[in-house]
Amino acid sequence: MKLIIKNGHLVDPKNNLDESMDILVENGKVAKVGKKISATGVNEIDAKGKIVCPGLIDVHVHLRQPGYEYKETIETGLRAAVKGGFTGVCPMPNTNPIADSRSDMEFMIGEARRLSLINLWPVGAVTLKEEGKELTEFGELKKGGAVALSDDGRPVSDSNILRRALEYAKKFDLVIMVHCQDEGLFCGGCMNEGFVSTCLGLPGIPSESESVEVARDIQLADLTGGRLHFCHISSRRSLELIRHAKSKGSRVTAETCPHYFHLTDESVLNYNTNAKMNPPLRTKEDVDEVKRSLKDGTVDVISTDHAPHAESEKETEFDKAPFGIIGLETSLPLSLKLVEEKILPLKELVRKMSLKPAEILKIDRGHLSEGAVADITVFDPNLEWVVEKDKLESKSKNSPFLGWKMRGRATDVLVAGRHVLVDGKIV
Amino acid sequence: MARSNIWGLKKLGAKVTVCGPPTLIPRDIEKLGVAVSYDLDTAIQDQDVLNILRIQLERQQGAFFPSIREYAAEYGISQERMKKAKKDVIIMHPGPINRGVELSSEVADGPHSVILEQVTNGVAVRMAVLFHTTMVER
Repeated sequence: MKLIIKNGHLVDPKNNLDESMDILVENGKVAKVGKKISATGVNEIDAKGKIVCPGLIDVHVHLRQPGYEYKETIETGLRAAVKGGFTGVCPMPNTNPIADSRSDMEFMIGEARRLSLINLWPVGAVTLKEEGKELTEFGELKKGGAVALSDDGRPVSDSNILRRALEYAKKFDLVIMVHCQDEGLFCGGCMNEGFVSTCLGLPGIPSESESVEVARDIQLADLTGGRLHFCHISSRRSLELIRHAKSKGSRVTAETCPHYFHLTDESVLNYNTNAKMNPPLRTKEDVDEVKRSLKDGTVDVISTDHAPHAESEKETEFDKAPFGIIGLETSLPLSLKLVEEKILPLKELVRKMSLKPAEILKIDRGHLSEGAVADITVFDPNLEWVVEKDKLESKSKNSPFLGWKMRGRATDVLVAGRHVLVDGKIV
Repeated sequence: MARSNIWGLKKLGAKVTVCGPPTLIPRDIEKLGVAVSYDLDTAIQDQDVLNILRIQLERQQGAFFPSIREYAAEYGISQERMKKAKKDVIIMHPGPINRGVELSSEVADGPHSVILEQVTNGVAVRMAVLFHTTMVER
């Protein structure tokens, strides 16, 4: 199968390309990249006015299957992802049952293969049932297809367990993705602790709940020489610690999510449960630091922490509502705002959404070298659209961006050369 | 409860001081324009009104204070502590009272207390508020 993407602006950070280029795709691989490629008998995508980049990868999503299919399924989640311009996602293991064994990995990969939409690279649990007591079989999980390990949703509170996990993971070259939360400081909070929580009378989670564990985890990474990745970093203090650690050579990487560089805890005013997630939205100082950290490389990757919840679950008292918001379909336009605000050049944004995720997961993606697997995203950076609840692919609609006007949208997605999003429509 | 008191009182021009153990003072509450004190014996001296809030005894979990005995000793309005207050100070409490904890029985039932009147007025105010907010123009 031959396909050519013409007239687009190619952004490929690995190969240092940021210019008008055509791409020829053949047999699922990038066959040729060049100016004005001519080819006969090929399907054509006219990418005039659009950006062509390596397929976007989201290292942190929750697909809820098995166990919570009423919130999302692998199918609806992958549909939301492809609509958002992603060619691959990493679902976290806090399903029901927890994905802590080889067969759990194989099940999810099998489902994705059956759907033939985009790549599913699963994350296996660090400990059995995510209870934080006994390590899972990292070797078996890897054989089943796990690309990383995490107890996301919960911290690994026992420092010794995390230490052993980091050491043991070295054998399998798996990265451990940590959710930083000091349970004591978290103390039943439901939003950021600050002036807004005082005004609303809601129990707060101080940002130190995150940074205290970031400090610990950095030291465990240093102690063990293992690879550690910080999930959904939200606070200034955490970022300062990570910046310092990286300058000293620590093997840590960090991700943040669009809501942490767009919204503050003021979004919770009026007890808006669609602005409730963990870690919570914080203050302007934290938002500014997140942006600074994206700019200077302290944050390596943008993920969504896509966390679907049913409307009925969110329509309750603020402190009873579950934590989490969806994000796959709004990530691209929200992240493009960083380019608009001159915080990141486009090439660096693409790096944080495709190449760097692939490097952290140690998978061969995120670039369009000749011979590479043809996972490609084509997006129109100027296309304006409104986030409408009923038009979202995700089964759940818990987003604080409902009704927002967005600028930028994926129009075409290729996965191993298969054209799965055609002019904005899922095939 | 403190928050709505603060807004209402400040709107009507009162000078408000919040007094309690550091663990129970909400974060950034000074931004609402109130003074903060951890020491009741000092703070009590200039107040015209002592509006006492019920301490939730469950707060002993979560390490907000070590024991009821200590809370009562440091922050309870007792007959002894009243000697430091102004001669014409009034004592208010929205109820229900933990007698012997934040407020002693003698003070609650004593000459400075306006609690019964407060509670009666409270019923009338709530009725008026409900009436005015739910009334439909015909």
